[in-house]
Amino acid sequence: MTAELLEVTDLHAYIGSPKGVVRAVDGVSFDLRRGEALGVVGESGSGKSVMARAIMGLMPARSDRTGEILFKGRDLLGLSRKELQEIWGPQIAMVFQDPGRSLNPVVRIERQLTEGMRRHLGISRSEANTRALDLLKEVGVPDPEQRLRAYPHELSGGMRQRVMIAVALACEPDLLIADEPTTALDVTIQRQVLDLLRRVQTERGMSLMLISHDLHVVAGRTDRTAVMYAGRLAEIGESHEVFEDPRHRYTSALLGATPSIEHARHAPLNVISGSLPSPTDPPPGCRFAPRCAAASEACDSAQPAMLGVGVDHAVACLNPTNMREGELVGR
Amino acid sequence: MWSDILRRGGYALLVILLVTIGVQALMALAPGSVAEVILGEAATPEAVAAMNAELGFDRPFFVQYFDWLFSALQGDLGTSPITHIPVTEAIMQRLPVTLELAVLALSIALLVAIPLAVLSATFPNSGLDRGINAVTSAFLSIPAFVAGPVLVFFFAVTMKTLPALGWTPIEEGLGPNLRGAILPALAVALTEIAAFHRVLRADLIGTLREDYVAAARAKGMTGTYVLFRHAFRPSSFSLLTISGLSLARLIGGTIIVEALFVLPGIGQLISSSIIQRDVVTVQGVVAFIAVGFVVINMLVDVGYGAIDPRVRRGPRARKAPVAAKARTTQGKAVSA
Repeated sequence: MTAELLEVTDLHAYIGSPKGVVRAVDGVSFDLRRGEALGVVGESGSGKSVMARAIMGLMPARSDRTGEILFKGRDLLGLSRKELQEIWGPQIAMVFQDPGRSLNPVVRIERQLTEGMRRHLGISRSEANTRALDLLKEVGVPDPEQRLRAYPHELSGGMRQRVMIAVALACEPDLLIADEPTTALDVTIQRQVLDLLRRVQTERGMSLMLISHDLHVVAGRTDRTAVMYAGRLAEIGESHEVFEDPRHRYTSALLGATPSIEHARHAPLNVISGSLPSPTDPPPGCRFAPRCAAASEACDSAQPAMLGVGVDHAVACLNPTNMREGELVGR
Repeated sequence: MWSDILRRGGYALLVILLVTIGVQALMALAPGSVAEVILGEAATPEAVAAMNAELGFDRPFFVQYFDWLFSALQGDLGTSPITHIPVTEAIMQRLPVTLELAVLALSIALLVAIPLAVLSATFPNSGLDRGINAVTSAFLSIPAFVAGPVLVFFFAVTMKTLPALGWTPIEEGLGPNLRGAILPALAVALTEIAAFHRVLRADLIGTLREDYVAAARAKGMTGTYVLFRHAFRPSSFSLLTISGLSLARLIGGTIIVEALFVLPGIGQLISSSIIQRDVVTVQGVVAFIAVGFVVINMLVDVGYGAIDPRVRRGPRARKAPVAAKARTTQGKAVSA
């Protein structure tokens, strides 16, 4: 058994649109180890969600994926729909962004929670119900017997997302992909749901891919963090390293643009000037070059490769910040 | 709950009152009278007036109306001055024919349209979808008075498998009865198929893009399971609405198809009564159809609640399908 649960190599995910082919994910490679929590951050439109759906295999119509997604050594891209249906649930599960829309409004919680178990674990209705009650207790839903009989609209947003997490955990997956799981929730509820995700992940030794546009969501709750920009990885490394010693100027800018409690009152927020490059016709070189203060001619002509900058830390930049003596080694 | 029932009951009563007053007024405004029909063209104006007075048609409008209304409320719709048959009896004679035709046509339309819509929505804009759309559009543009003769030509004249016209009551055997009913039902169903297919296809395509469908797939549920156990129910609001409207319309009788196939249904009763100035029968039949309409609408409302639990409470029930589409939530969720 290798340490890597998921090995993504040169993943491209293109989606057809009236304006041309959107290169939502354009050459992304990373590993996800067993029992590890990986945060994926980036601004809206950076391709995080499409990447999650591409790994999962839930792509919209008129889309195309190339590359390699090795899950336990099997390439998910080569699997049939039938084979994927055996993986979805007991191997890989997903929590979606808005629990108000990812729970079927006309189906009781009971069936939404137990249908996957009954299909994959082959257990009886009463066994599935017992397990459903345990799961609801585990994710902190009070009064689980009553909630089981309820419809989604009878629950609050936070409760719905807890139910969605229970649904995802139902068949004990090895990998949980959480796509912006707290974006649609109240700020006070966000923390509880994130802490819950981290807790169930560590308790089960499950791998977690936590996608968010909010750096604070990822910081402190993940082992490693990947920063995405315009469909490519800008930087990946251990979370504390990425946050404390960012090597890509986009990561630094993103961190700098986040308001904090120490921020001087009424002072203008730091912003990243410029905007995301066109997703249908991206620049040939580094995608961040047009907005980067340190961009040179070389940045405009060739896409920078991932450079190892320290232990388990890599950056896609020709001229990373904070370079130390003898650090530049190709990855 | 009780206020809701009262509110709906009051609404239903109002509809029935307005419809019956309207019919009475129309019949009063129309030229000619029952007496002229009974006495023939040669009758003197004095004889006609005397006859109308005898039948009570010379009384003031509202006296006639309330007289009729109070009898009707006691279940007596009067007796036809022309045929001398009680109106209730005439309706009850014709109702089985029309009801069977309506239910049969609706069932055929649903049985054909639902699988077609599911196919279209599963492969939207494919060759298959376009093909189905083309065929159902063709159905939609063929009126029943064209479809009827064409069907008769194929099945009755050329293949000689089904009778061309006439009605065999169900008491004389289900087989002969259905053989007589199938062609008129088909002629009526053709146009409904196109409408049902379009509505369900559009709603299904919308539902299949919802996150909860993706979430169901992400549990590893099969495509068929997701389609029928997750997507179908929330997609069937519009189908239920137009099915109810179709059924109500068909209960009112399909005058053209009944005439074409010589079926003794409600449509035939009402058309012959109008020609004969049979005010009493027309009024009775229209009141009956209005009640049928109101009852079916109520059933459709109950049906919304069966489809979507968010509709089940409160006086906002009638707006619910729209609300469900707009992805808003009601009731407790507001406080969430």
